[in-house]
Amino acid sequence: MKILVCISNVPDTTTKITFTDNNTQFNTNGVQFILNPYDEIALSRAIELTDGGKGTVTVINVGEVSTEATIRKALAIGATDAVRINAKPHDAWYVAYQVAQYAKTNAFDLILTGRESIDYNGSKVAGMLGELLDIPSVSIIKKLDAGDNEATVEREIEGGKEILTIPYPFVAGTAEGVAEPRIPNMRGIMSARTKPLVVVEPVDIKTFSEIISYETPAPRGQVTLVAADDVAKLVNLLHTEARVI
Amino acid sequence: MSVLIYAENAGGTFKKSIFEAVSYAKAIADQNNTTLTAISIGQVSAAELASLGKYGAQKVLNVSGDKLKNFVNQAYASIIAEAAKKEGADVVVLSNTFSGRGLAPRLGVKLEAGVADGAVALPEQSDGKFRVKKTAFSGKAFAIVELNSANKVIALIPNSYKVVETGGTAQVEDFAAATKESDFKAIIKEIVRATDKVSLPDAEIVVSAGRGLKGPENWGMIEELANLLGAATACSKPVSDAGWRPHSEHVGQTGIAVSPNLYIAIGISGAIQHLAGISSSKVIVVINKDPEAPFFKVADYGIVGDAFEVVPQLIAAVKEYKASA
Ligand SMILES: Cc1cc2nc3c(=O)[nH]c(=O)nc-3n(C[C@H](O)[C@H](O)[C@H](O)COP(=O)(O)OP(=O)(O)OC[C@H]3O[C@@H](n4cnc5c(N)ncnc54)[C@H](O)[C@@H]3O)c2cc1C
Repeated sequence: MKILVCISNVPDTTTKITFTDNNTQFNTNGVQFILNPYDEIALSRAIELTDGGKGTVTVINVGEVSTEATIRKALAIGATDAVRINAKPHDAWYVAYQVAQYAKTNAFDLILTGRESIDYNGSKVAGMLGELLDIPSVSIIKKLDAGDNEATVEREIEGGKEILTIPYPFVAGTAEGVAEPRIPNMRGIMSARTKPLVVVEPVDIKTFSEIISYETPAPRGQVTLVAADDVAKLVNLLHTEARVI
Repeated sequence: MSVLIYAENAGGTFKKSIFEAVSYAKAIADQNNTTLTAISIGQVSAAELASLGKYGAQKVLNVSGDKLKNFVNQAYASIIAEAAKKEGADVVVLSNTFSGRGLAPRLGVKLEAGVADGAVALPEQSDGKFRVKKTAFSGKAFAIVELNSANKVIALIPNSYKVVETGGTAQVEDFAAATKESDFKAIIKEIVRATDKVSLPDAEIVVSAGRGLKGPENWGMIEELANLLGAATACSKPVSDAGWRPHSEHVGQTGIAVSPNLYIAIGISGAIQHLAGISSSKVIVVINKDPEAPFFKVADYGIVGDAFEVVPQLIAAVKEYKASA
């Protein structure tokens, strides 16, 4: 089985988010970038599915040269090889389009993405890829079992889950539960240095969206503390002051 | 030009989040002096369909059929795109539900539309620009996205826009859309719904608990409190990682992002990754025995105390309040 895993390079989860240039630029100063946690899950499942010579896992990232540390991490975790499309990931459409171009000329049985990236939270790349390649896409999956001709996936729905079978090829956006994230071991880290990382130039396309500025949430007021032996007062405040019950 | 709203049903009825999305779409139609059409796919009664008129839909396109009884991502996207073309709709609104998030990107490609997912406010329209505020960095910030395309797709986050009753009525029409065989490759085998539970993403009240609860056997009181309040239950990541609760309840940066009116956090420290997913809650109540817990910094109300003593008292107080209300 040939699996393609889309990975993105995102600010570490502990990052305090700030902006510069009159709130038009994300402040990357001092920010550590990591492999998107959901992509880590996708990658880990892909490696499980191909363990023992049952296939290959290619990771693909649309990013500038600075993302190569993250790509090497994915190789250290166990990907077979990597592709970097040499461009700033303008938006989800731009990323999906570049990945689709690559996937069209390199037939994959399965394409995995994370359910969303933790920076822009779009959850769009999987669906856009599905549409661009005219294959099924399924978002926010919690479980992925791969059979010979089709896979069985569990998709989250409001208040429950849905179990589907999907023939290859298809695209899936993975969430927690699909796999335990793998941690690179020494051998992985050593071999990552010599695994192939191909750099491909992007195709020129028009984009449809642009972030023009950012806002930070309004600061919250002071907490009103209620004594632990006066819980009725809390209920009263929630009713009369906050008006939420 | 006009606006189209996809009214997703849950087992044949529309939830409040859909009325919010219809109200939101109606406001966009008003901004542009144009009409609002709703499209429903699946099996929904005529009366339920017509009820969308109350929130501003002038026309409701009803698509039904055996193959379309349940949500099929590809086929639904084809139908909605076709309806958008037929109606001359250049703005398509969806609710940012699990299904909405699967549809929006496919629609974006089909309609060559810029997609604003996770929208939290009405678009700002001036000088021919169309700008939508959306959540970013898992709720740690907002981004203002400008959509430059002729067509636009917007997915609205539940609980971020109010329901507005316009008192109108809607004309319901059957709509027969062409679907391709290849749109039905994914086959639904089973749908498992916990019918007695409030669903987390669109819950108005969420009762959430963390590692401070010590073990899964102590969740009885959390569920009791949630039941009393008509709330959904949630948890922190270590709790679902340990298997005390299902992954679908995990909120935060790497879990579900929620924006309820009331979020009650019990025995949760308030790590930055947890706060990321809950910061747009309108009111936050924190119960923690550690007065230094970071959660108190973002809370509106707090009780410093042991959950095993406070929660049973809270249950009793809510019961008393309910009895007197
Ligand atoms: C990549 C990454 C992503 C992450 N994503 C998420 C995420 O999405 N969501 C998330 O929640 N976390 C996430 N985390 C984990 C996060 O950093 C914290 O570890 C987690 O939120 C802590 O959960 P907790 O507050 O339940 O547990 P703890 O940190 O163990 O805190 C328990 C709290 O309970 C209190 N307590 C203990 N006993 C009692 C009692 N009897 N009564 C009252 N209070 C009591 C303690 O004072 C403490 O504040 C992530 C971490 C990483 C590295």
